[in-house]
Amino acid sequence: MRAELRFTLNGAAVEAFVQPQARLLDVLRDTLGATGTKEGCSEGECGACTVLIDGRAVASCLFPALEAEGKRVVTVEGLRQDNGDPSAVQRAFIDKGGVQCGFCTPGMVMATTALLAENPAPTDDEIRAGLVGNLCRCTGYVQIIDAVKQAAGELATKERS
Amino acid sequence: MSDYSFVGKERVRPDAGDKVAGRTPYIHDLVRPGMLHGKIKFSEHAHARIKHIDTSRAKRLPGVRAVITAYDTPEVRVGFLADNFALKRDKVRQFRDEVAAVAAIDPDIAREAVELIDVEYEPLPGVFSPHDALRPGAPLVHEVDARGRPRTSNLVDLKYGHHTGDLEAMKRASRHVVEGYYTTPRIQQSCMGTAGCIAEFDGHGNLTIYAKTQIPFLAQRDFTKALEAMGLEGCGARVVVPALGGGFGTGLDTHCYEHIAILLAHKTGLPVKILYDREEEFAYLSPRQSAETRVVQGCDANGLLTFRIVEVLQDNGAYTSWGATYPSVMMLPVTSLYRVPAVSFDAKIVYTNNTYCQAMRGYGNPEVTFPIESNLDELAREAGIDPLELRRKNANQPGDESPMKFRIATCGLDDCLKAVGQGLHWTEKQGQGRKDARGRALGVGVASLVHVGGSGRIYRSDGSGIAIRLDDFGHAHVAYGGVEMGQGLVSSLTVAVAESLGIMPEQVHLNQTDTAACPWDVGTHASRGAFMACNAAIRATKLLRDKLFALCPGVFEEIAGKASAKGKSKDEAAKIVGAPGKPEDYELKHALVTKRGLPDEAWAKVDLAKVLRAVHFRQAGTMLSAEYFYEPPSELPDWEKGIGNMSAAYTWGAQGVEVAVDEATGEVEVLRMINALDVGHVLSPQALKGQVYGGIAQGLGYALYEEIKSDQGRVLNAGFTDYKIPTASEMRFPIDLVFVETEDPNGPFGSKGVGEPGLVPTAPAIGNAIFDAVGVRLKELPMTPERVSVAIDAKGRIDR
Repeated sequence: MRAELRFTLNGAAVEAFVQPQARLLDVLRDTLGATGTKEGCSEGECGACTVLIDGRAVASCLFPALEAEGKRVVTVEGLRQDNGDPSAVQRAFIDKGGVQCGFCTPGMVMATTALLAENPAPTDDEIRAGLVGNLCRCTGYVQIIDAVKQAAGELATKERS
Repeated sequence: MSDYSFVGKERVRPDAGDKVAGRTPYIHDLVRPGMLHGKIKFSEHAHARIKHIDTSRAKRLPGVRAVITAYDTPEVRVGFLADNFALKRDKVRQFRDEVAAVAAIDPDIAREAVELIDVEYEPLPGVFSPHDALRPGAPLVHEVDARGRPRTSNLVDLKYGHHTGDLEAMKRASRHVVEGYYTTPRIQQSCMGTAGCIAEFDGHGNLTIYAKTQIPFLAQRDFTKALEAMGLEGCGARVVVPALGGGFGTGLDTHCYEHIAILLAHKTGLPVKILYDREEEFAYLSPRQSAETRVVQGCDANGLLTFRIVEVLQDNGAYTSWGATYPSVMMLPVTSLYRVPAVSFDAKIVYTNNTYCQAMRGYGNPEVTFPIESNLDELAREAGIDPLELRRKNANQPGDESPMKFRIATCGLDDCLKAVGQGLHWTEKQGQGRKDARGRALGVGVASLVHVGGSGRIYRSDGSGIAIRLDDFGHAHVAYGGVEMGQGLVSSLTVAVAESLGIMPEQVHLNQTDTAACPWDVGTHASRGAFMACNAAIRATKLLRDKLFALCPGVFEEIAGKASAKGKSKDEAAKIVGAPGKPEDYELKHALVTKRGLPDEAWAKVDLAKVLRAVHFRQAGTMLSAEYFYEPPSELPDWEKGIGNMSAAYTWGAQGVEVAVDEATGEVEVLRMINALDVGHVLSPQALKGQVYGGIAQGLGYALYEEIKSDQGRVLNAGFTDYKIPTASEMRFPIDLVFVETEDPNGPFGSKGVGEPGLVPTAPAIGNAIFDAVGVRLKELPMTPERVSVAIDAKGRIDR
C-alpha cells in the first residue's frame, strides 16, 4: 500500500515509503523532517509551501509526492552556499527587511530564487507578477520587492565577474 | 541631536537569518514525544439544541485515543464575560461551536473519527444581524448570563459611552451640519501561520501549553482557572509561545481549541496538538467585528468643529471575547481626533448567531475613523472649505487635553497633514476633475488618525516586567514577556538593551516568551510592544549599570593595571590607573568599561566580560542581573463615562492618496500614497517601515477587497480562493513614508507605538479620493467595483 520514492533533496539522495496519494509537502515535513517549507492554505493559493523541482517553483501542497520520483527537489534548507552563508536571495531578504513573522518567507525566498533564475533582470512589474502567488500579511511586500531587486543586482554583478 | 550608537540606525532584524533559512520553529513544526493529534467536531447549525451526541463509532476507530464531549468532561468557561464553554452541552449558538473532540495517533485518523460522531439537533430560529437581534421577541442567543440570571434581550452587558460639552448649544452654534451612516465589514486577520497549540501534563498535573498567543500571562490565568475547573487546584500552567506566524489580534484571547487540547491531554495523559487548517482558520476563528455607525458633525462658519455625535451598532456574534470591548478604543478617535468641543458617543454591542468576533489590529479605531473622516470630508464640502485645510484648522496641538481627558504631550498631526499636502501636490490636484491617459477619473483624498502610542490601559495593570542577566562573557540575556509576532519587537528591544546598557546588539539575547522564565506582561496589543519593552529595558539596564559600577572600584584598576603594565613596574602601572575610584567615575559603552580621567588608550578600555568574571569568580562573588516592572503613567478610563487618560502617549498621523477610478467598471486603483506618522522618535527604521507598509496593505484590503461573507451564520468564503487579501500586485503603488519626530517625554528614546496606525486612515483616505475623482460617496466597505459602479450610476440618475 506504500510506494517507494527516491529523489534528490537539497543535493542528497533520499528515499521514503509513502502513501500513493501523499502530498510532497507532507513527505518533506513529516517524513524527511524538512520543516522549513510551510503549509499556509493547502490549496495552492498562498505560496508558503513553494519548493523547486528541477528548478521550477511548485506548490508542494498540491504536488503528488510520487511525481517527485527521480527529480531534484530544493527546499529553503538547501539554499545556503557551500560555506554556510545564506544565498544572495536570502541575504537580500535579511538586508532589506523582507522578513517579519517569517511564515511566508521560505516560500517567498524560493519563489524569488526561481524567478531570478528564469529572469535575472526583472522589472518591478515582473517581480510583482512573479510573486503574485505568494501571500504575505505582514510586510505590505515593499521591503520584499526591495530584497528581490537587491538580489537581482548582486546576481548580475556575480555573473559579470 | 542625539548621539545614539544604535537607536535609529539601520540594522537587520536579529531573527531574519533563521527565518530566511527555514530554521524558525512555529507551532506547526513542534513535535512532543508521544504526541497525539486533536480534531474538533464543530456545529452543523447556527442555532440549535443539542439532543444527543453519539461518539461510539468514533471511539471504535483504530488509532483513536479519546473522544470527548461536554457530557464527559468538566465544564470549562471561556470568554470575556465567561459566556462561552470549551465544549457545548445544551445548545449551539454559531457554526463555530465546538461540540466534541477527538485525539488520535495521526491527523488523518482524527479527521476520520470526527466524521464518525453523530449529533442530533433540534434547530432553532437564529438572528443574523444586530437589527434582527434587537427586534422585540427575537430569539435569545443566551437565555441566561454567566451567573445563571435570565436575560431579556440580545444586548451584550457592556456599557460604553461619552457625553461631554454642551451638545445642544454647539448644535445651535453650527453653521454647517452633516449626518451620515457608514458600514464596515467583518474581515479576517489572515495570519499566514494558522492557529494551533500543544498541551501536555506532567505527573503532578502541571500543564505546559505551547500556544499561539499574544497574552501569555492572561492566558496563564485562564488556563489556571481551567485546571481548577478540572479538579487540578494548585497545579501550575506554563505557557510557552513559539514563533507566531502573525497575530493581528487573534491571540488576545484564549480559545476553545486550546482548552479542548488541555482536556484531551489530561484525558489521555499524552501531549495533544490541535492545529487549524486554513479553512478552519476562516470558518472557526473569529474575525474583526462589523459595525454600523451614524455620525453627525458640525462646524462654524470658519470651519471650526462644533460637535460630533457617533453611534455604533456592533454585531458581536454568539459569545464575547476581548473584541467585544472595541468601543473602549473607538472612543479614542471619537473624542480626540481633532479638537471638538462637544462629543456624544454611544455603542451597542449585540449578540447574534454569527461567529463571535475578536480583536484585530486597530481594535475599533478603523471602524470609526472611516465614518468620522468620511463624514468630515462631506462637512468640508458642505462648508465650502478645502478638506485638508479644514483638518489643519482643527488639528490637535501639544498641550491639549481632549474631551476624554487625554493629556496630549506631543502631537505632530499638523506636521503630518502638511507633509501629506506637500507630498501629494494637494493644491494642484484636488478638485480639478482630472483624467489619466486611459480616461480614468483622478482624485486625491486625505484622512488622519490618532491611536494609543504609550500602551493602552484596559486592565488594572498595564505593566511589563523584564529580567536581564549578564553572563561571564559580557552577553545580556533578556527575559521579556511580550510576544514577537512579526512586528519587530526583537529589533527595538535588542537596540534598546544595547544602547541603554552600553554593549553591542550582537551581545543581546532575547528569551521570549515562556511564563516560567519571563516576568509578567499584560500582553502584546495596543501598539505597546516596543514602547513597553524599551521603557522597561532602559530602567532595568540602569539598575545593572549601577550594580556594575559599584563593583568596579579596585576590580577595574587591577585589570587595567595588568594591561598597562607592559614594560613597566607594578608601581608605575598602579600609578597610571590610579586608586580605586567612585562608582560614578566608571562608564560602559560598546561593552568596554572606562574610567574618568584615564587616557584614550587600549589598556584603559576594559572588556566588560573581564570585569564580570572578576566579580563572579571570587569569594562571595556576584553575578549581575536586574529586574524591572514598568507601569506606564496612564489611567484606566471610566468606560461608561468615557473619561480617562488611557495612554502614556498618543500617536498621530495622516495618509493621503491619489486614485484613478474607472467610471465604466467602478474599479479603483491607488496610484500613490503619502503616509506621514508622528512616531516620536525612530527606533528601528527597518521594523518601523515594515509595520507601516504592512499596515497600509491591510488598510488597502479593508478599503477595497476584504469581507467575510456569510449566509445564516455560515461563512461562505473560507479560503484565500474566495477571500482576497492584497498581493504584491495590488501593492504596486509608490508609498512615501514621512516620519515626524516629536520626542515624547514618556517614550523610550522619545518614541511612540506604531504597530496599528498604518491601517487606520487608509479606507477613508481612499473613499475621500474617490469622491474627489467621481463625486460619489462610498459609505460601505469594502469599496468594491460593484459598489462604486452602483454609486456612479445612482449619481448619474440624480444628475440627469
